[in-house]
Amino acid sequence: MAILVDKNTRLLVQGITGHEGEFHSRQMIEYGTRVVAGVTPGKGGQWACDGTVPVFDTVAEAVAATEANTSVVYVPARFAADAILEAADGGIPLIVCITEGIPTLDMIRVRAYLDQKGARLVGPNCPGLLSPGETKVGIMPGHIATPGHVGVISRSGTLTYEVVYALTVRSIGQTTCVGIGGDPIIGTTFIDVLKMFEDDPLTEQVVLIGEIGGSDEERAARFIAERMTKPVTTLIAGRTAPPGKRMGHAGAIIEGGTGTAAEKIAAFEAVGVRVAEHPEQIPDLVC
Amino acid sequence: MKLHEYQSKRLFAVHNVPIPHGDVATTSQEARRIAEELGVPVVVKSQVLVGGRGKAGGVRLAHTPDEAEKVAGEILGLEIKGLPVRKVLLDEAADIQQEIYLGVVVDRTTRRPVMMASSEGGVEIEEVARTNPEAIKKVSIDPFLGLRGYQTLALAKGIGLAGEHFRAFDRVAHGLYEAFLACDASLAEINPLVVTGGGELLAVDGKMVLDDNGLFRHPDLAQMRDVDEETRAEREAREAGLSYVQLDGEIGCMVNGAGLAMATMDIIKHFGGAPANFLDIGGGAKAERVATALRLILADPNVKAVLFNIFGGITRCDEVARGVITAFEEVKPTVPLVARLVGTNETEGRAILDASGYHLITAMTLAEAAQKAVAAARGELEA
Repeated sequence: MAILVDKNTRLLVQGITGHEGEFHSRQMIEYGTRVVAGVTPGKGGQWACDGTVPVFDTVAEAVAATEANTSVVYVPARFAADAILEAADGGIPLIVCITEGIPTLDMIRVRAYLDQKGARLVGPNCPGLLSPGETKVGIMPGHIATPGHVGVISRSGTLTYEVVYALTVRSIGQTTCVGIGGDPIIGTTFIDVLKMFEDDPLTEQVVLIGEIGGSDEERAARFIAERMTKPVTTLIAGRTAPPGKRMGHAGAIIEGGTGTAAEKIAAFEAVGVRVAEHPEQIPDLVC
Repeated sequence: MKLHEYQSKRLFAVHNVPIPHGDVATTSQEARRIAEELGVPVVVKSQVLVGGRGKAGGVRLAHTPDEAEKVAGEILGLEIKGLPVRKVLLDEAADIQQEIYLGVVVDRTTRRPVMMASSEGGVEIEEVARTNPEAIKKVSIDPFLGLRGYQTLALAKGIGLAGEHFRAFDRVAHGLYEAFLACDASLAEINPLVVTGGGELLAVDGKMVLDDNGLFRHPDLAQMRDVDEETRAEREAREAGLSYVQLDGEIGCMVNGAGLAMATMDIIKHFGGAPANFLDIGGGAKAERVATALRLILADPNVKAVLFNIFGGITRCDEVARGVITAFEEVKPTVPLVARLVGTNETEGRAILDASGYHLITAMTLAEAAQKAVAAARGELEA
């Protein structure tokens, strides 16, 4: 069993005829994901991915015709907020947004609206979800992961791959790898995913990869102390990051002296959570 | 993107926040002319994108146009926290009875804008938060309802403002929030907002930080970027679409992905070295971007070794390897290079590097790569 996405996922791809959308749709299909529909306004009636996936103009039409239950968004930043809202209004309960660069004030409104609708968003600015052996939604390379019992949560992309790969090389498999995204306002936080892994019978332990900026790691540490029975291992990127500079991700910035790696590491260590010094130490701590 | 004080205040004024009369000068002669037009006394304020201008002698009062010229000349020669002063703002000196703080910021925890006010105007809000947190009053703004009158009243009352100023405060607060929204800001603050002898409210100092992700819909604001305030390398990187931050270590880093780039810097430190930069070459890693990145890294005279750490996921290692080789043809490496390519097509990628005739130190694991880079930077490892 996995969390969020599994064999029953019926995926809708928003922006399927774009360069990224088409490329990653093929990768997902190759991995075994059931991509049931695509949406590109103005291209309804066409077929994508060598005639295998029907394209619709709107999410509502796609859902009515295919019973899609999950959506992944690849549309450019200036249209992405609208695409997420359309998916929520179209009745999609789980929306995964890969797009980077959505304005923060847009995301504040989008998140508030999704909370009212009861829809879950993962991302934006994230690599998506991968339940090894079952399905992948997003852009994670499928071959670096293997089925098993470790749940992985991360704010990053390639750093997640590095850690997942290090686990796989040591034959430590994963239930689901969840990229929650590197933006200041995101749909799903560490705590949301920790809860799901705690409740997932197949997940035996969790790896959490955080980074500088914000205080989600500190809240995760409190949650782990109060609620988690399963062991958690962490890695915090950005020990050497200078204050006031955005380190690639919009959310990775030390502001007003807060959001430092030192604070986050201290928060985890204070509640007995293992903190790795670097990615390749993680398999040793998990074993 | 940070805006200067004069830019921020002009944007506030568009939204009906009262600001002092003033203008910007780049020479002492211009400053004199502005002082003559405004009337004295004037405040001469350095326009640099760092805090602590007052303490550095970058904000001074002038009582005559002669003095304004002299003071402006002195301030224009200053360097504040490493940034040369290229512009001064001359403002009519305000008759200050009371100083307060008013700001709006995106609060990541509540996922809403929060407006903050404090009776301790003129002091940095972080400082007040540390020393006297009770002085700060906050209201959380619902993104659909916007800022409400009862909320500005709660702030005004909370910081002990006299009742006669409530309406003016409400107007300023709404103006500030409108400016914040209209500019896609992540921070907008007036510090201090002063109550003048005439009972008016006046935004004497202002600051705005814009969300870089919002700039695409504000070409006018994007043009306000002060390129003098970036290092040359940072500007080149931004124009090439690379995420680059210059640091003061000796090991240049070229990595795909922001999180992995930070983790690479951290592991260099862990093994006793110091990173010279943060650099994310992004996905795809086309030869041209790799070349630009390499040029930026090698232009830093502190760099004694370069570490390539590429995790091939969707990006293929052979593509990156070809990019690296093409980059070498354009930018001759002058220091030892350590390369670690892992993931998709790693064997092909390594073969391309081996066959290139360039001497690269290779590594399989991240730990090995970092240790080799540290040793190479110390001259303890030959390619």
